[in-house]
Amino acid sequence: MNASTTLMYDGSFNGFLTAVFVAFDEKISVADIQKNGRCQNGLFSETETIFTHVEKAKRVWNGIRNKSHNAISNVYFAFLSETEGVEMLLFDYIQKLMRVQNGKYLDYSDSTVLHISQLARKVGREKHRMEAFVRFQLTKDDIYFANIEPDFDVLPLISKHFRDRYTDQQWLIYDVKRKYGIYYNLDHVEMVSLNLKDIHHNKTHKSDAFVNGEYEYQTLWNDYFKSTGILSRINPKLHTQHVPKRYWKYLSEKKAG
Amino acid sequence: MDFDRVREKLNILADAAKYDVSCASSGSDRTNKTKGLGNASKMGICHSYTEDGRCISLLKILLTNHCIYDCAYCVTRKSNDIQRAAFKIQEVVDLTINFYRRNYIEGLFLSSGIFKNADYTMERLVAVAKKLREEENFNGYIHLKSIPGASDELMFEAGLYADRLSVNIEVPTISGLKLLAPEKKHEDFTKPMLKVKNEIVRYQAERKIIKSTPKYAPAGQSTQMIVGASGETDKDIMYSATYYYKTYQMRRVYYSGYVPVADDARLPAIGSQVPMLRENRLYQTDWLLRFYGFAVNEILNHEHPNLDMEVDPKLSWALRNLHHFPVDVNTADKRLLARIPGIGMQSVQKIMDSRKFRRLNWDHLKKIGVALNRAQYFMVCDSRHWERRDLDAEKIKGMILQTSSGKFRNQYSAQLSLFN
Repeated sequence: MNASTTLMYDGSFNGFLTAVFVAFDEKISVADIQKNGRCQNGLFSETETIFTHVEKAKRVWNGIRNKSHNAISNVYFAFLSETEGVEMLLFDYIQKLMRVQNGKYLDYSDSTVLHISQLARKVGREKHRMEAFVRFQLTKDDIYFANIEPDFDVLPLISKHFRDRYTDQQWLIYDVKRKYGIYYNLDHVEMVSLNLKDIHHNKTHKSDAFVNGEYEYQTLWNDYFKSTGILSRINPKLHTQHVPKRYWKYLSEKKAG
Repeated sequence: MDFDRVREKLNILADAAKYDVSCASSGSDRTNKTKGLGNASKMGICHSYTEDGRCISLLKILLTNHCIYDCAYCVTRKSNDIQRAAFKIQEVVDLTINFYRRNYIEGLFLSSGIFKNADYTMERLVAVAKKLREEENFNGYIHLKSIPGASDELMFEAGLYADRLSVNIEVPTISGLKLLAPEKKHEDFTKPMLKVKNEIVRYQAERKIIKSTPKYAPAGQSTQMIVGASGETDKDIMYSATYYYKTYQMRRVYYSGYVPVADDARLPAIGSQVPMLRENRLYQTDWLLRFYGFAVNEILNHEHPNLDMEVDPKLSWALRNLHHFPVDVNTADKRLLARIPGIGMQSVQKIMDSRKFRRLNWDHLKKIGVALNRAQYFMVCDSRHWERRDLDAEKIKGMILQTSSGKFRNQYSAQLSLFN
């Protein structure tokens, strides 16, 4: 029996793609692909550490993309879901994808394919929600600042959307959960990590980090939110379905009272 | 900015604009080429939802709620004793830009009561849009209301700045219009619609030859009808919707359940129930017409002038046409798949893609997301189990209703409750 190997990578997407490259290149029988520091050795498998190699990762990326554009975005989105064990699922998906002759592999009756597409869909939904629920507040440094706490690691996915939209203002979106943010400096977007003293919820306490007019606009927005609703059609269930409660603390219009 | 004054105006003029249901911000391809502000998202984004569950995508306000008309169904009608207000052009521009910069909205939806005359009002609306585009370098979404009776020149200019234009037809029948809004003529509504449609056709033709032709209303035009105000049937509504889709190439027709706003003998009394279920069924029908390949006379016709409130229109059509079923999902063509109750267009596509690899069975279909509680009576698949009993329509309907629940069920339940 061929000894199977557990591949360890650094947790980045490029690291994962390198692992896939190595597995194909060296014809390794893969037992599992795991993040460094989270390792759990199998009883009968060896461990190999993968060093991220951008060129190798790029070859896998291009290989999948040449098969289908849909597949590469599915792979990337599903990876960002950070689901436990998603690496092996993706590896299985990529193997199956490479095996088929014609480019597309859309067999939803296959549980791996269905699962990957569902994961990708979930992440896509979260991306779309974040494009909607980010609420900028203007700081005294003239930066539009927002902090968020998304279910999945969607910052890399929303960066283009905000860059295209707000080209003439500096903005910063900070992921409180994953402790990094993206900052646009009127030229390009860069990754930043902050030492954030306090997280800006929609609390009634006013922070002095923001310009004077900031809270006036929030009041106007909250007023608008109230007056645009039709009382005789009220439907709280539908409302929370569209705006789940876990997002409320960053939405000024959902401030209590 | 005089904060308190603007705040007061915003409350009055947002409140008056809320009965306009359209809040779509999709369908425009205006990109941020100028390094300015904004980039219309093709798919549209809802930034929040009101407590009645409707999308908030645009800053939806009236420029003013002063109006010279006295339409019975309208909250800003002349004879209604309410507070009146009017925005200055600059105030609307400032609000839009500042809301947009904070990612509250996708853009502006500007409507207005009619003061002085149609052209005077339309000119003000166009001025706001022009200022946003040219002075503020704003590339977000702008939806302008076409004021009934506005001149062709103004409608042309409006389309150069706006992404979408709309005239609300409000009352689906001409006789209803005469009753409820006697001062307005049907032609007042259709004239700007026709002009906009012709300009869109011209723009699309010219663009093929000269790529830099200035955009004209890239998100097309839409309209809205009130449901349940003037006693029209579902057939009247859907036939007239179909007419507007065809004749004026509408992107959307919206249906708005009438919310009583006036004590008027011609209208339902204040406090009567908003026909939300009916509205929902009309939207379902609208979707069947636009995406599922149904023709309007298949769903509504002389024998069936109203939709079945208990079940959705597709199921109701299937129950009347049992001779088309059962359909084999592994061989049927797309058009037929889309007609099976419980299978939506997403599932149709997934079935078409997957069945190339293997024959599908109940288990596969369930995982793909087909609503088998409805679909099982109308289809066969790769399994020896299927509905073999010779059931009639009433029986099937009864079984489906028994195994499902609906939020409106208590409104139309014919069954008497046991304890009362």
